[in-house]
Amino acid sequence: MKRNLFLLVVLLLVACALPFLVSNYRTFQLTLVLVYAIALLGLNILTGYNGQISLGHGAFYALGAYCAAILMDKAGMPYWATVPIAGAVCLVAGFLFGLPALRLEGLYLALATFALGVSMPQLLKYHHLEKWTGGVQGIVIPKPEAPFGIPLNADRWLYFFTLAVTLVMFLLAWNLLRGRVGRALVAIRDQHIAAEAMGVDNALYKSLAFGVSAMYTGVAGALGAIAVQFVAPDSFNIFLSIIFLVGIVVGGLASIPGALYGALFIQFMPNIADEISKAAPWAIFGIFMIGFVYLMPTGVAGAIRLLLAKRRGAP
Amino acid sequence: MEGFLHQVLAGLATGGIYASLALALVMIYQATHLVNFAQGEMAMFATYIAWSLVNAGMPYWIAFGLTVGISFFIGILIERVVIRPVENAPVLAVVVVFIALLVILNSVTGWIYTYTIKSFPSPFPQEMALGRYMSPHEVGAIGVTLVVLLLLFAFFRFTPLGLALRAAAQNPVSARLVGIRVGWMLALGWGLAAAIGAVAGMMVAPIVYLDPNMMGGILLYAFAAALVGGIDSPMGAVIGGFLVGVLENVLGAFVIGNELKLSVALVLIIGVLLVKPSGLFGRVHVTRV
Repeated sequence: MKRNLFLLVVLLLVACALPFLVSNYRTFQLTLVLVYAIALLGLNILTGYNGQISLGHGAFYALGAYCAAILMDKAGMPYWATVPIAGAVCLVAGFLFGLPALRLEGLYLALATFALGVSMPQLLKYHHLEKWTGGVQGIVIPKPEAPFGIPLNADRWLYFFTLAVTLVMFLLAWNLLRGRVGRALVAIRDQHIAAEAMGVDNALYKSLAFGVSAMYTGVAGALGAIAVQFVAPDSFNIFLSIIFLVGIVVGGLASIPGALYGALFIQFMPNIADEISKAAPWAIFGIFMIGFVYLMPTGVAGAIRLLLAKRRGAP
Repeated sequence: MEGFLHQVLAGLATGGIYASLALALVMIYQATHLVNFAQGEMAMFATYIAWSLVNAGMPYWIAFGLTVGISFFIGILIERVVIRPVENAPVLAVVVVFIALLVILNSVTGWIYTYTIKSFPSPFPQEMALGRYMSPHEVGAIGVTLVVLLLLFAFFRFTPLGLALRAAAQNPVSARLVGIRVGWMLALGWGLAAAIGAVAGMMVAPIVYLDPNMMGGILLYAFAAALVGGIDSPMGAVIGGFLVGVLENVLGAFVIGNELKLSVALVLIIGVLLVKPSGLFGRVHVTRV
C-alpha cells in the first residue's frame, strides 16, 4: 500500500513536470492522453468490470463533446462549467440507453451499440439540429486561457485543468470499484444468476454501470472538444468507438491503471505508424487487438501485475 | 402513387442486397452462434478483387465466378487461422477479434487500393423490361439474390454435404459421433458466407461505388434484416432483407428524409431486440439455469 502511494506520488510529479519539458504540441498530445484515459476508464467500468460490451461509446463521447461545444458557442458558458453538464447529460443518456440494453446480452448488446456508433454521425448532421450542431461544418470553439493571471500558456493550462479532472475521475472510479458496487458489478459479469440470488439487483447495477460509464466518456468528450477546439460529426464515427475498444483491450480489461496504458497506446501508436502509411495505424490496431486477445488477455496492466508478482515471489 | 411504387421497387432492389448479406450473417450465426462484424468488410474486400479482375480485362461473369471462389477460400482461411483459436472464448474476446478483422480488412484494402472512390461495372444490359420503375441493375440484383437463395436452399436440402452442415450446426456433439467433421463444417459455413457476401458486394458496388468504407451502412441494414427475420432463419433473413430495404427507402423518401436513413436501422435493431428478440421467423431460445 505504502509503496503504491509512493509510486502514485512519483507519477503525479512526473505528470506535473512533463509539460515544462516538452513542446506545446506534445503538451496538447498529453492532454489528449488524459482525455482518452477518462474515456477508457468509463468504457472499462462497463465492459471490463460489468461485462457489457459496448461498440458505441464514441456516441457518448460525441454527445459530451457537442454538449460542451454548444454550451460554449451558443450559451456563452465558460469552458469549465460545461464539463460537469456534459457529464450529467451523458449520465442520463447512458442510463436511458442502458435500460433497454438490460434485455440484451453479450453479442446482441454489441450489435445494438454498434448500430448506435455507426448512426451517430448521421444524427449529428441532421438538418433540424443544424441550428445548434452546425451540421457538417461542426463548431469551432475558442481556446481557454489561464485564469487569475497564472503564468502558464493556454496549452499548459489546459493540460493541468485536464489533469485535475482526470485525478478526480480516477479517484471516484477507484472508490466506486473497490467497494460494494465494484464487487456487485464483477459478480454480475462473472455469474449474473448467482449474483441475483445473492441479492444484487442486476437491473439497477447494469443500467447504473451504463450511466456512469457514459458519464465518464461524456466528460472525456467535453474535455476533448475543448482541447481540440473543434467538433464535427465525422470525427465521431464508428472508428472512434473501435479505438476505445482497442484501448481497453491493450491497456487491460477491468483495470484502473490499464486505462492510462491504453490511452498512451492509442494516442502515440498512430504517430509512430503514420510514417509507414496512412492505413498502417489501423492495420496495427487490428493486429494488436488480435494479438492481445490470443496472447495477453489481461492487457498491459495484467502483464505488469504478473511481472511484479513474479519479482515479489522470487526475491 | 407512382413515386411510392418507384420507392418500393427500388427498396426491393437494395433489399435484395441486404438480404444476401443478412444471409451470410445467418450462415455464420447458425454454424457458430456468432455475429460476424467483419462480414461487410469481407464483402468489400471481395468486391475489390472483382474490380481488379475486371480491370485486368476479364469478362464480367468469369470475374464474378472467380471472385466468389476466391472469397470462399478466404472465408475458410479466416475461420481456420483467426476464428478457430477463440471458438470457446468469452463473447468479448470474440467480438474484439471480429472488430479487429473489420479494421484490418478495411485498412489493408485502403493500403492496396487507396481510399479514392472507384466505379464498378454493372453486368446487366441497359435496356430491359420494367425500365420505367426500376433500373436494369436493380432488376438484375433482385434476380441474382433469388438465384443465390435457390441455390443455397437446394444445397442445404438436397445434398449430403448440406445435410452434414445442418447437422453440425444444430447438434455438434451428435454430428461428431456419426462421423461428421464438425470443425471443417464450420469452416465451410464461413466459406459459404464469404461467398454470399462477395455476391452482395458486387451487386451493391455499382450503386454505392467502390470505396473501403462502402459497407458500413449496408452491414447495419443487414444486421437489422437478419434480426427482423430471426437471426437463425435463412428464409427470415431474406424476407427481412427485402422488408428493411423497402422500409428504408419508403421512410427515407416520405417520412424522415434521406439524412436519417441509418437511424432506421438503429431503431429497427433495438426495437426488434427489445420487442421480439427471436425475430419474425426465428426460434425462441430457452436457457436452462
